[in-house]
Amino acid sequence: MDAAAPKPKENQGEPLPRVDARLKVTGQAHYPADLPTANIAYGALATSSIARGKVTKLRLDDARAVPGLLDIVTYGDMDKVDKPKFGNSSATSVGPLHDRTIFHDGQIIALAVAETFEAAEEAAQLIRAEYDEEKPTASFDSPGTKTVAAAGKSPMFKEDVKAGDFDAAFAAAAVKIDQRYSTPTQHHNPIELFSTTAYWQGDQLVVHEPSQNVTGWKVELARQLKMDPAKVRIVSPFIGGAFGSKGPMTPRTAIVAVAAKRLGRPVRCVTSRMQAFGTQTYRAETRHRIRIGAGKDGRITAFAHEGWEVTSRPDLYVVGGTSATGRMYGYGSVLTHVSLVQADRNTPGYMRSPPETPYVYALENAMDEMAATLGMDPVEFRRINEPKTEPIGKKPFSSRSLIQCYDQAAEAFGWAKRDPKVGAMRDGDWLVGMGCATAIYPTAVAPCAARVRLTIDGDVRLQCGSHEIGTGVRTVAGQMASERLGVAIDRISVEMGDSSLPPAPVSGGSISTASVCSAVLKACDAIRTKLYAAATAEGGPLAGSHNEDFDLADGKIVAKSGASAKVEDVLKTMQVGAIEEYAEFAPKGATPEALKKLYAGTPEFHGGDQDEDSVKYAFGAEFVEVRVNRYTREIRVPRIVGAFAAGRIMNTRTARSQLMGGMIWGIGQALHEATEVDRRYARYVNRDLQDYLVPVNADIKDLQVILVPEVDHAVNPAGVKGLGELGNVGTAAAVASAVYHATGKRIRDLPIRIEQLLV
Amino acid sequence: MRPFIYEQPTDISAAVALASNFTTRDDQPTRANAQFIAGGTNLADYMKLGVAEPNRLLDLNRLEEQKLRQIRVTEDGIRFGALVRMGEAADHREVKARYPVIADSLRLAASGQIRNMASLAGNVLQRTRCEYFRETSWACNKRVPGSGCAAMDGFNRQHAVLGGSDACIATYHGDFAQALIALDAVVHAEGSRGARKIPFAKLHRQPGDTPHIETDLAADEIVTAIEVPALPWARRSLYLKIRDRESYAFALASAAVALDLDGETVREARIALGGVATVPWRASVAEDALQGKKLDEASAGAAADAAFAEAQPHQHNAFKIELGKRTLVRALLETRDMKV
Repeated sequence: MDAAAPKPKENQGEPLPRVDARLKVTGQAHYPADLPTANIAYGALATSSIARGKVTKLRLDDARAVPGLLDIVTYGDMDKVDKPKFGNSSATSVGPLHDRTIFHDGQIIALAVAETFEAAEEAAQLIRAEYDEEKPTASFDSPGTKTVAAAGKSPMFKEDVKAGDFDAAFAAAAVKIDQRYSTPTQHHNPIELFSTTAYWQGDQLVVHEPSQNVTGWKVELARQLKMDPAKVRIVSPFIGGAFGSKGPMTPRTAIVAVAAKRLGRPVRCVTSRMQAFGTQTYRAETRHRIRIGAGKDGRITAFAHEGWEVTSRPDLYVVGGTSATGRMYGYGSVLTHVSLVQADRNTPGYMRSPPETPYVYALENAMDEMAATLGMDPVEFRRINEPKTEPIGKKPFSSRSLIQCYDQAAEAFGWAKRDPKVGAMRDGDWLVGMGCATAIYPTAVAPCAARVRLTIDGDVRLQCGSHEIGTGVRTVAGQMASERLGVAIDRISVEMGDSSLPPAPVSGGSISTASVCSAVLKACDAIRTKLYAAATAEGGPLAGSHNEDFDLADGKIVAKSGASAKVEDVLKTMQVGAIEEYAEFAPKGATPEALKKLYAGTPEFHGGDQDEDSVKYAFGAEFVEVRVNRYTREIRVPRIVGAFAAGRIMNTRTARSQLMGGMIWGIGQALHEATEVDRRYARYVNRDLQDYLVPVNADIKDLQVILVPEVDHAVNPAGVKGLGELGNVGTAAAVASAVYHATGKRIRDLPIRIEQLLV
Repeated sequence: MRPFIYEQPTDISAAVALASNFTTRDDQPTRANAQFIAGGTNLADYMKLGVAEPNRLLDLNRLEEQKLRQIRVTEDGIRFGALVRMGEAADHREVKARYPVIADSLRLAASGQIRNMASLAGNVLQRTRCEYFRETSWACNKRVPGSGCAAMDGFNRQHAVLGGSDACIATYHGDFAQALIALDAVVHAEGSRGARKIPFAKLHRQPGDTPHIETDLAADEIVTAIEVPALPWARRSLYLKIRDRESYAFALASAAVALDLDGETVREARIALGGVATVPWRASVAEDALQGKKLDEASAGAAADAAFAEAQPHQHNAFKIELGKRTLVRALLETRDMKV
């Protein structure tokens, strides 16, 4: 087996290739902007060049004169539809064409629609706005910010967790640190640009748009357009990079739908990369103050984590990662507080591990600093503080394999060869540093529906309104059906990414594999039950064999006794051509409303810190080697090893791929990624891939992923913990730890750049 | 993107005639109605962004003169046809052997795909990547003369510390040009007023009060070749590029260095600096500082201090002075230690 297809260990599934791999690498996978549509018109956005004020006049004459221009949708044209409602399905409450107020840089002021893409772009560039401009507030420290407590402002962030008496414990601690950390603004830059294609068939609206939440969008778009949700269909068969960016719908979708209605023909609008910075969601900058107090033995007695996050004026978007950092180790006492800082910015949104990436970065950088202050090995320091129960509610962890992850990653990395002395390791002109950090991500699950059909020819059709965002969910859902129905994967077709399919929750929060596989499992088991009943009934091929353990394999029902019957024959005796089951899965602890909410596009999440019986998290440990040039101080990462435990691994190939991608992103977060805000104007400056840096192939050298076996039956029927967002948590702290080890410089503000190491 | 007329002249004189027809004597090449295009890796980008707005493109790729596509190595030096692609020159055996600094500067620039498209002449004439220049909603004296400079007091981490003015601090981002200016290259150009040779050091203009005037070329002049004189000791040369990531990023600081050594003593040094200046930057003061000196960390440091003595930092780019010095020191020591 090659590195891309790790040999499965205990409780790990086969590394089957992705069912859609060939489609993707041959260009046959149709992404939403590729879906063929006849007689299409093209839309291009015009956006504001100020961050705060009012549009006093819009000059459209030059734009209207562009040959091929068909329409301009702008102020007044959206009055008959409702404004977006900020929440899980909608990125913002700003209806940009509903009033002339500008809330942020790059806000939509018009949509130009033309016969060609080029004409639409030209017309959009010729739309000129006149403004009544006000001095905007850019970010932290800018005049005019408003700070509010985050707790209770979002259903995702109910409270500031705490335990014990932090103040007393911190005051009494023998060893302590009190430090501040920060993470920069980061913008989604998926290779697939954001786009909307809308067309009407009578009173029915069809929207092709990359989406992680087709059901939620259907309901929200219908609400905005004052339609019956049954008449709205969202189609998103493949997504070229999501990571939260395609989770909430943006105001563009309704605008394009309105344009299509006005013209009576399909309209496609592909947002430029520059415009995506202002019209889509992003990860806002955060600040942290962390205090840790410990005894000389390294046992933490006091932990405080205060966080500040930037959000927009109209919407209180919260990430609030203190729920995870407050439960990470066996602290004696915990104090947390999260504040939101409002500025004249677009509303932030989900970006891979939204709470954990910034908050765990701060915690883990502080843990490394505390270990150094204690003169203790950073791995040992974590081992000493490994908890028996989580410190906030004193609940057990449903499973927690963090120390196994540390041990296996340390072994593979060669941590024992590290000279703990700072600056002691060299290779010619390069300073060598080694560091580590913990990864954590809550294990959640949500209600999900699926339809599975087994035909007399031995084919399986699996339908579920989840989303293939590159994770391989189509493949693992097919694998689950393959396993339960005894049908080879190439006889299984998997349909996803369409709101006309059985509803699935948003593909966010790393819940998809658990939720989808649990629903598929339920549907398959219902098919099995029917088959067994028919097989053992009077006249059935296995008549008379009761109380047997059956399985399905190779198109046969196989009894423990060795007796078997072809599925085909069982269906014949049933006089049916297929068995189809529609299953609705609801997690343990689901409310009576849970399934109704699934259909309404507002599914409830269970697991993580929400359950009564235990808290549920996946863990990992990452080890990084850096090299820093002794003269010019550029940082390179020759090696990174991550070990992760996440319950049942459905497919070691897709799991490794997800974790690898996360670790690479983590390196980017540590060293490259940052959106620069011009503080005078509250405008984004580096709005393209020339200046918004992400790692390139040359930056990633030796990368190893270890899948640590773990069994957890408490999390969900599939036994799966999500891992899509686990891999990039902690990575940046591990890099900071290694940079410290190499140079003696503790960098607390990301990204770590040459200039911080020159001084 | 605006509609434009696209023409494919088939020889140099036809191209010049077309350009001459549709431009005037005072037109700047970057602002003229008719503009030349070769690889298109820079101009096409800027046309899409509305930064460049020619209404006529004269594609040079069909020019029949074969010399435009040739690399000729003679006893007098090396002559690069203007349409040679960056990738071809970077991979050329004689270029790599005789002028490592040229091969390095090309190899470390852009990406493989871009190097396969971009022509050498187009590369040296590339325009700044200043974020405020690239995006038409900002004030920019280079894009719209007299409109102001948003970068001066804005986010200017990538901006120049050498050669700037009150009107413009946009960095010249090219790499190849640093090797060329260090090696005393000469540019051959043909226009309606005939053919001429321009010392490479005179090709680019510092911004001064007229940052929109970027080069010495007229709007109807075509660069036909770049000639690098023979310099046997240029076998001891290299290009060191320091950047935020390992590939496909512009230099925060770079140094092109060639050394003629007598043991450890410098007979002659050639030094150019990239990523820190508004134009390709020959550091003659650093060369002079090293002449006749034993090359070690101390003398290299003194030369680097001299090179940046006039540097003017802004809010976010002050680190470039220290980084630029260290880059030069490292480049000098690595060049000294080359096995040639």
